[in-house]
Amino acid sequence: MNIFDIIGPVMIGPSSSHTAGACRLGGVVCKMADGDPVVEATIRLSGSFARTYRGHGTDRAILAGIMGYHSDSVEIRDAFHIAQERGLRYLFVPEDIPDAHPNTARITYTCRSGKSGIVEGASIGGGNIRITGIDGMEVSFTGENNTLLILHRDTPGVIASVTNLMYWHYSELNIGNFRLSRKERGGEALMTIELDELPPEELITDLKKLENVHNALLIRAV
Amino acid sequence: MLTYDTIRGLVEQAARENKKISEICLQDQAQQLEREPEDLFRQMDESFQVMVDSVQSGKKEGLHSTSGLTGGEGKKMADYADRGGSVMGDFMARATARALSVSNCNAAMGKIVATPTAGSCGILPGCLVSLYEDRTIDRRDIVLSIFTAGAFGIVIAQHASIAGAQGGCQAECGSASGMAAAAVVEAMGGTPQMCANALGMAIVNQMGLVCDPVAGLVEIPCVKRNASGTAIALCSADMALAGIDLKIPVDECIGAMKAVGDSMSPSLKETAGGGLAATETGRLLREKVFGKQ
Repeated sequence: MNIFDIIGPVMIGPSSSHTAGACRLGGVVCKMADGDPVVEATIRLSGSFARTYRGHGTDRAILAGIMGYHSDSVEIRDAFHIAQERGLRYLFVPEDIPDAHPNTARITYTCRSGKSGIVEGASIGGGNIRITGIDGMEVSFTGENNTLLILHRDTPGVIASVTNLMYWHYSELNIGNFRLSRKERGGEALMTIELDELPPEELITDLKKLENVHNALLIRAV
Repeated sequence: MLTYDTIRGLVEQAARENKKISEICLQDQAQQLEREPEDLFRQMDESFQVMVDSVQSGKKEGLHSTSGLTGGEGKKMADYADRGGSVMGDFMARATARALSVSNCNAAMGKIVATPTAGSCGILPGCLVSLYEDRTIDRRDIVLSIFTAGAFGIVIAQHASIAGAQGGCQAECGSASGMAAAAVVEAMGGTPQMCANALGMAIVNQMGLVCDPVAGLVEIPCVKRNASGTAIALCSADMALAGIDLKIPVDECIGAMKAVGDSMSPSLKETAGGGLAATETGRLLREKVFGKQ
C-alpha cells in the first residue's frame, strides 16, 4: 500500500467500487479488443451491481471503460451518448451469477471485425478489480500489477518460448505471478503473467510473433 | 524504510530526524516507489488541484446526483456563509460548504479525489482548501501536509479499516476526519505529536458511527457527514494546537475503532439494511430510485 492508495484514486464519483472499479472492468474488454472497436456488448450484472447500478452510474462507467476511457475521465457521465455516436449497441441484464462476488459483471462483446469474447470480473473495493474469467477460462488477476495475457495453443514448449524470450531479451522484467488456464488439452490456453515492472511495447510485439501464440496483451497496473 | 506500523512510530521517527511527518513520509515513499520526491510532490499537488476544482464544480447551479436524491447542499451553505452571520463563524461555515460541495460533485459523477474513499471525499478538501483560500497558508505547506494525512491513513488501513463495508462510517468519515485534522495541525505549524493527538481526537469523536446509506447510494447521509466530519476535524485540530492532550494513546484509539467496527451488526455496514436506510422514508426513497424489489 502506498500514499496514493490512501490519497486517491482521482476518479469520477460516486463510488470507488461501483463506478471507478466498474470502469476498470470495462477497460479490460477494451484491452482484449486490442484496437478493434467494440460494436456490441451485453453486460450481465450480479449482486449489488444488479441492484444499485443505476444510482451509482455503474452502467455508464462500464460502457466508458469498454470505449477506452479511464476511471478519471469526465466522459463517463456521457457514456450512453458517446456509445450511441460510436455505434456501440449495449444491453444491461441484472441477473445474479451464483457464487460470484457481490460486485460482479460478465461482459460479452463483439468487435467490428467480428471477433468476440467474454470478460468476467468483480470490483473488490477502492477501485480495485479481480478478473475471474476470460473467454470461458478461469483466471485470477487484480490489475494491481502489470499483467500480460497470452492466448496460445496448449502445446509443449510455448511457456518456455515465452519465458526464454523474456529472459534473453527483457532480463529487467521479474515475474511476480504466473498462471495457466486452458479449456481442454491441446486447445486454447491462457497465460496470466504478473510483472513487477512495466514492460516495453516491443515485448508485446515480440510475443505475438512467437509460434503458437494467438495474441498477447498488456493490462497496465493502476 | 518506514513500516507505517504505528502512529507513535511515525511521530518518534519524525522527532529523531527533527522533521515533519510529511517530510519523512515523502522521503520514504519516493524510495519505496522508486521515484523522485519532487515527482511525488507534483502528483500530490495535482490531486490537491482536483480538490480545489471539485469544490467549484459541486456548487454549480442546478447540479444534482444521478438518482436525484441530493444536490445543491454545498451551494446553499456557501450562499448562507456569504451572507454572513453564521453561528459557526465565517471560516467554519465556508469550510463545511466546501465539504458539501465536493460531496455533491461526487454524487453527480464529477471528478474527485478519494481521500481515503469516495464517500468521505469532502473532508480533506473542506479543511485544506479552506486553509488555502481563506487563511492564505502557503500552497506548498498544504500539499506537503497531505503526506502526513496519507501516512496516518496507511496506519489506519493496516490496523483497522478505511472501508464502510468493513468498519462502518467511523472507518470512512472518521478516518478522513482524523487524517484531515492531522494535516491541518501540521500546516498550521503544530508538532508531530500534536498531529497524532488531532488524529486521535477526530477518531474518538466519530467512534461508533454506522454506515447506513439510503438506497445504498453515497448520498444520504453521506453528503452531510462530510460536513460534520470537516467540523470535527477542525475542532480536533484546534484542541490539539491548544495543547490539549489525548488521554488514550492514538494507536489504542485506532485499535478501539477496529474493535467497535468488528462488533457492529452487518446491517450497519454499507448494506443499506439498518439505520437511516431502514427507516420508512429511507425505504420509500429507495423505491423511488430503483423501483420495488
